Amino acid sequence: MLHFALKRFASALLVMFAISVLVFLIFFATPGVDPAARIAGRNADPATLAQVRHSFGLDRPMPVRYLLMMRHLLVDRDLESFVNRGSRVIPQIVQATPVTLSLVVGAAVIWMVAGILMGTAAAALRGRAADPLIMLVGVVGVSLPAYWLGEVVNLVTQKQLHGSLFSWVPPPGYVGLAHPGQWALHMLFPWLTLALLYAGIYARLLRGEVVTALGEDYVRTARAKGLSERRILVRHALRCSLIPIVSLFGLDFGALVGGAALLTEVVFGLPGIGKLTYDALQNLDLPVIMGTVLYAAFFVVLANALVDILYARLDPRARHA
Amino acid sequence: MPEPLLDVRDLRVSFRTRTGTVTAVDGLSFAVPPGEILGVVGESGSGKSVSMLAVLRLITNPNVLVSGEVLFRGRDLLALPADEMRAVRGREIAMVFQDPMTALTPVYTVGWQIAEQIRAHERVSRKAAHARAVELLSDVGIPDAASRVNAYPHEFSGGMRQRAVIAIALSCDPALLIADEPTTALDVTVQAQILDLMRELNARGSAVVLITHDMGVVSQIADRVLVMYGGRAAEEGPRRAVFHGPRHPYTWGLLDSVPRVGGPRLRRLPTIAGVPVSPGSLPEGCAFAPRCRLRHERCDERPELSAGPGAGAHRDACWLPADHRAALRLTTRTATAGAKDLDAEAAS
Repeated sequence: MLHFALKRFASALLVMFAISVLVFLIFFATPGVDPAARIAGRNADPATLAQVRHSFGLDRPMPVRYLLMMRHLLVDRDLESFVNRGSRVIPQIVQATPVTLSLVVGAAVIWMVAGILMGTAAAALRGRAADPLIMLVGVVGVSLPAYWLGEVVNLVTQKQLHGSLFSWVPPPGYVGLAHPGQWALHMLFPWLTLALLYAGIYARLLRGEVVTALGEDYVRTARAKGLSERRILVRHALRCSLIPIVSLFGLDFGALVGGAALLTEVVFGLPGIGKLTYDALQNLDLPVIMGTVLYAAFFVVLANALVDILYARLDPRARHA
Repeated sequence: MPEPLLDVRDLRVSFRTRTGTVTAVDGLSFAVPPGEILGVVGESGSGKSVSMLAVLRLITNPNVLVSGEVLFRGRDLLALPADEMRAVRGREIAMVFQDPMTALTPVYTVGWQIAEQIRAHERVSRKAAHARAVELLSDVGIPDAASRVNAYPHEFSGGMRQRAVIAIALSCDPALLIADEPTTALDVTVQAQILDLMRELNARGSAVVLITHDMGVVSQIADRVLVMYGGRAAEEGPRRAVFHGPRHPYTWGLLDSVPRVGGPRLRRLPTIAGVPVSPGSLPEGCAFAPRCRLRHERCDERPELSAGPGAGAHRDACWLPADHRAALRLTTRTATAGAKDLDAEAAS
């Protein structure tokens, strides 16, 4: 198991390195663009230009340039935004990370709990009225886009019913974890909005998996052993159905932390990674884009490595593969 | 015959389908006395497995209708509340299935799955259950059971998995073991070992119902034989009687189609002409009539199981005159051989 985990992390590191090279090549080795001119800013005098060129090694061979760029980005952390002069890339990302993590982790807890409950219940009640009803709720959740749902939620909680039912809802925005109560209150509706979509997807997927598992031979064996229906459902059918769900969760979670929660962040005014990336893209702010892409890659790769290890815990057959 | 352990009366299992009701088991009755091995034989689709699944109420499909009586120690299992039925399953009647490759949950160790069965029926500690699991595994012939108990099903070979499944079945000392083609998916040497295991279990006092389509297996191990065709009993009797004096034309066909080691070599192995009857279109009369070389007008009427002259325990469902069966069997055999020879000549 430990061996497997180490191997998995080594390959994750390799992927990270490959992505950083790729990002570097796309942004700074593109012919026809002089990065020095952009880093030095508009109307820079030739002396400054030369100094930047030297500092970033732009007159040196490609591998050296890559190393210097990574040093400026990650070690010295003095790589600055092209657009907002003076604001450094890494601190911006560090500031945005807890916002996104708060949003995604909270939503993930909600959608996994709701998805597993709904999917298992629907599978256990298949053939009865509750099954299509639960699945219908799931479809509705999947079909509502986050930006629309978020706007409606804001409209209702901030305006229409703010005077009566939702008077306790704080204005949109982010409050740090230093005030846990306020933090949770501010995040509640963003969480629910983001979770609704994924809960629907996971519930539908899990229902299919559990229904398939309930038809497997090992479930018949379990029944012949005289186990209770509940134990058969949870310990045998659901337990085996969780394996594919976990791999999907890894992909979704990584992507969301990496910035895919953009729409939810924008709608609820949360200054997270998605928002940061979006703004950087609009202004072609290359250093910030590079920073956020690397950050996103880091989380996607990390989440996948963790999921693979969890997968091996869940499925003994994967440990030796 | 002593008071039977399992007494199945007029069991019917039918499936509701889009095209109408399909009858898989049609008025089957049989009994298993304590300590006996009953071999249930028949082709695929003859209703062997379905009837046994119905006995344990393991058919969960809501489109399946089961009727009749399944008396186990005097209680009708089909009328038992679900929780009492659960207490019977695994503890009093255990079942082993055909394919050991998929019969175990892949994510738990073999020992865990044996212990789960023990703890479902007895109040014992996790540790004690685990120790019992080791014991059971070594009983069913798994070497180095103390360490193999922590292996996962995928780390076991097919034969070992079937042993593990049998270990689960034996864990609560059931009075009756139903084994549904336990050796079909295994190679021949392993088959023999599994059959030995069944015999040992039987020697410890459990009755066994062994479902198979392998006449060889039945001839080795069964005390009594039940031959099924089209969801009905075609013939039933003590093993010797059925193998040495088979009475139903279907049984003749089954026995003749087993290759023989001694005697002159046959040019072609005899087969039963035609295809097995489909449960969707069971004939009104004898189910085997469409494939039978000796059918006559009476076969349009459904025959009941009845004893031949001077053989109370050996019963069959056939309209042919009871006392000339052996001679009739010879005529069908020569007729079959003749037809086969003609076929062969025509082909060459």
